[in-house]
Amino acid sequence: MRKIDVSAVLSSKSVMADAGPSCIDVTHLNLFYSKTKRALNDITLSIPKQRVTAFIGPSGCGKSSLLRCFNRMNDLVDDCVIEGKITLDGLGIYEKTVDVADLRRRVGMVFQKPNPFPKTIYENVAYGLRIQGINSKRVLDEAVERSLRAAALWEEVKDRLHESALGLSGGQQQRLVIARTIAVEPEVLLLDEPASALDPISTLKIEELINELKENYTIVIVTHNMQQAARVSDFTAFMYMGNMVEFDTTDTIFTNPADKQTEDYITGRYG
Amino acid sequence: MKLRFDKWLATGTPWIWLNAGAVAISIIMVIGLLLLLTVRGMHHFWPKDVMQAYYSPPVNSAERLTTQVIGEFVESESVISQQIASSGIPVDEAQEFYERQLMKLGNRDLTGADFSWVLTDFIAEIEYPEHLVVLERREWGNFYGFLQAVRENDDTVISVDYRDQSDTEAQNQAWQEFTARLERAQVLHAEIYRIENQEIGEINYGVERLRLQLRRLQLDGRDTDAATAEINAQQAALEAEYAALQENLLNLYDQINRDTAIFMAANEREGEIEFADIVRAYRPNGMNLWAKAAGYLAKLGEFLTDEPREANTEGGIFPAIFGTVMMVLLMSVFVTPFGVVAAVYLREYARQGFLTRVIRIAVNNLAGVPSVVYGVFGLGFFIYIIGGEIDQLFYPEALPAPTFGTPGLLWASITLALLTVPVVIVATEEGLARIPRSVREGSLALGATQFETLWRVVLPMASPAMMTGLILAVARAAGEVAPLMLVGVVKLAPALPLDGNYPYLHLEQKFMHLGFHIYDVGFQSPNIEAARPLVFATALLLVIIIALLNFSAVALRNHLREKYKSLDV
Repeated sequence: MRKIDVSAVLSSKSVMADAGPSCIDVTHLNLFYSKTKRALNDITLSIPKQRVTAFIGPSGCGKSSLLRCFNRMNDLVDDCVIEGKITLDGLGIYEKTVDVADLRRRVGMVFQKPNPFPKTIYENVAYGLRIQGINSKRVLDEAVERSLRAAALWEEVKDRLHESALGLSGGQQQRLVIARTIAVEPEVLLLDEPASALDPISTLKIEELINELKENYTIVIVTHNMQQAARVSDFTAFMYMGNMVEFDTTDTIFTNPADKQTEDYITGRYG
Repeated sequence: MKLRFDKWLATGTPWIWLNAGAVAISIIMVIGLLLLLTVRGMHHFWPKDVMQAYYSPPVNSAERLTTQVIGEFVESESVISQQIASSGIPVDEAQEFYERQLMKLGNRDLTGADFSWVLTDFIAEIEYPEHLVVLERREWGNFYGFLQAVRENDDTVISVDYRDQSDTEAQNQAWQEFTARLERAQVLHAEIYRIENQEIGEINYGVERLRLQLRRLQLDGRDTDAATAEINAQQAALEAEYAALQENLLNLYDQINRDTAIFMAANEREGEIEFADIVRAYRPNGMNLWAKAAGYLAKLGEFLTDEPREANTEGGIFPAIFGTVMMVLLMSVFVTPFGVVAAVYLREYARQGFLTRVIRIAVNNLAGVPSVVYGVFGLGFFIYIIGGEIDQLFYPEALPAPTFGTPGLLWASITLALLTVPVVIVATEEGLARIPRSVREGSLALGATQFETLWRVVLPMASPAMMTGLILAVARAAGEVAPLMLVGVVKLAPALPLDGNYPYLHLEQKFMHLGFHIYDVGFQSPNIEAARPLVFATALLLVIIIALLNFSAVALRNHLREKYKSLDV
């Protein structure tokens, strides 16, 4: 297993010169779903700020488990035990003093299948803000429009904001979920196979959206689709059987992987 | 042949026939039930023609006795001649069957019994005289007879010879005089009723409150002279008001008792009837279809909106309708929050394990406990323990008369809520379990706490399931009778639990219930024949009311379902 230190990468590669500091730092992370079932094995990596990082690997390799550690979604799983340390801008997110709700506001997440609430489009986007106690119509209107514009959905739904979100197509629903997530202005966006349930055109729109969003957000995306990883990400981590096999710039991973396993996976020899 | 039969079995056709047959039988049974209730209950209100005839059954002694019968035909049946012979009528036993018919003869005050069986073969000279009058009275049931005279203060105003049926003009003139005076009497009666029940009722209520206030002050040792004097003054004011009303009432009674009418009943028996006693008077034999339909609707309206009369065998059942609906609504108010909260804890907060499994089994078993056991529990725990305690703490001034320590609307609703809470818990739990995990995660990922997720997303989405639970609860509770007999339902309670006297909703009051009303009218009535059609009518009404309550709940649920239509994930 290779451990990547972003700063080391930064100094060695010219392409990384403007990569900036790291956002999430993972050190020696182990995750068990039960005493015998180990899902993540001594993971250490740094996710650079305002870049897109992709996790690739075969099914069951632990990429989603790792992603769900970043906003403590694994807390919902009974008997899930986590060892090691994860920091978000220097704050240890598994510290006892951390307010989980506040952490999740800072680290937004978009799931594999679109999961809008059975409310209106407007209320879906306003949901996170209402949770924070913001009920001023002016603030909400503004935030809803800004978020929907940022998610490239505004033009399609501006005339039916007060209709049910369940009437949208799958791709629109997924962009609505992204809008809902960025409405609370998180620092990090976790995307868990966001396009896997969508058709190619919707997938393309989501990918364009990711490209636009990375200016403002640190994005971590889990994907099964290697072309997608190559298209949207700046950095790529290849995981296999709960191990972080290789983490490097996307260019390097796809053109000149250091590890034999990575090369085999990328060239389609297994996985 | 065998092979073909096997093949036919394998196609599944018999299975489909079996299933469809079961459904068809269920539907036929439901429709049959409703039809039976409708036919037997609803024809009771139709103004039936009244027959006049002469009846001379064979007797042992030489002389045959001929009696006149005037009344309505109710039903007929065939009876073995032996049975008739053994009852004392020496019929010809060579003839195997005799037909006999039940007649409603009315005039209970004159003859003692208002229903009688007569043998059809021995009835002669059947007529339907046009001017034969049916009187529905406040007491003693129906009266059948011919109008003879109308009197005012013992002076005859108008009289007519009842035997001269052909003199239509004279008969109608007398009838018009009679109906005009009846109208006046009914206006007066309505006024008397209003004063007695509303105004004097209010004063009585006020007097009782003042008495309790005074007693309260005495108990607390605050009965200073000033306070006592104040209450006494108020009491005196109420009593003065009462005296004025009383005088007014006496005056009205004088007016209403002014007129009487003389009627000639069967067998030349004369009856003097006070106008104040008459609810309705009509001449069915002279009525055309429209007049009869109007009479039908009037009687149906009375049935739905009026108070019962004559040991519940006449009049309406409005207090029972009101009591049933009120009790079910109150029960819903108690059971829904309680069941939902319990289900939320069981499903969302409690750690799933052995204990929650045991609790679930216990809850499910609670639904199977016989309802009368809940009645006993309600009586022993709610009424005697909790109600008694409430009386000690909050109503010491009324003791030893209990306020809440006695069966009443509140305890009946709570007992039924307890009876139905398992249904709500189970339905709500199932609803909560069906909500996709992804939606909960979506909410949590936006920084909502578990409580906020529950409150803003999960519970609204589970609301159709809660409504399903409530529908089942209402369906069960509205039909329960056994526990209610122990915890608050009575035979007659014309005062509604909701009225204009503060605090408007009287939860401690006893109330009437349609289910119990059916039992009471059908089995506890002194006049079974008169009551029987009402049993069917009341049963039909109970079914309709339960259906209405259910349909409104179903409509609400469908609305919620549409609104919180879940994702297909």
